[in-house]
Amino acid sequence: MAITFFFYLFSLAAIASAMLVITARNPVHSVLFLILCFFNAAGLFVLLGAEFLAMILVVVYVGAVAVLFLFVVMMLDVDFVELREGFLDYLPIGGVIGLILLVEMILLVGTWTIAPDLIAHTSTPTIGDISNTQAIGQVLYTKYVFFFQMAGLILLVAMIGAIVLTMRHKPNLKRQVIADQVARGPATAVEIKNVKSGEGLQ
Amino acid sequence: MIGLTHYLIVAAIIFTIGVFGIFLNRKNVIIIMMSIELILLSVNINLVAFSSYLHDLVGQIFALLILTVAAGEAAIGLAILVTYFRNRGSIAVEDINLMKG
Repeated sequence: MAITFFFYLFSLAAIASAMLVITARNPVHSVLFLILCFFNAAGLFVLLGAEFLAMILVVVYVGAVAVLFLFVVMMLDVDFVELREGFLDYLPIGGVIGLILLVEMILLVGTWTIAPDLIAHTSTPTIGDISNTQAIGQVLYTKYVFFFQMAGLILLVAMIGAIVLTMRHKPNLKRQVIADQVARGPATAVEIKNVKSGEGLQ
Repeated sequence: MIGLTHYLIVAAIIFTIGVFGIFLNRKNVIIIMMSIELILLSVNINLVAFSSYLHDLVGQIFALLILTVAAGEAAIGLAILVTYFRNRGSIAVEDINLMKG
């Protein structure tokens, strides 16, 4: 009973906040509703028994991605009212396409069942007496270690790409050039003059 | 009793809202990227629901990988957006024709 209540609570809140993400007038509100939507999705994950993914969703999405969005929205000086022009022009066609898509997917999901003996043939069955995090660790670091490493590589590429794209050097700024400092030797740095006595240096 | 179908319908609704959002905000790249995040979230809900109801952990592993790709996509997309804004002073989608593609 409690699970039913929480399922409807989380899913209705997730759908309502997802709807507000795309219709809110202020993009900052959109980002905040996106955060709410991710929190509710994390609640759904907890109900499904995927606690580790729920916490990862909160940490990665709310803690990193949504804050990144918020940062960019607040940093860019954009006239968002101007960007909303044509909102109502696209409403009918978007609504029709969305409705068709939704009806198709619900028809597909509603009339379709899983073969009853499929559960006996799954490749990595969940183990009963250990926690979800431990079970994921046992599978992820053994059978799917290649995908794990690839995910790390993707994050590295994304990080380097983001740095390369956004970093810029100002042309008239003096910087320390370590290579020039190291290449300097006595031959280029010091000039020795032979000063005659009583004449001084000109 | 909450079955697999309930979760799949929730995911389908969120997916549709994401697609709808791309149509609705055709000028604002930031909202379009948030819609893409919503679509990826709905795929994650699908995968975790299947993983839970079929007692198979692979769905959760896949969801983890999708989370990684979504985070990378958001970082690169927003970096491109910031660079673009620096060059043009606008983020309207119809102005993005620098490369005449």
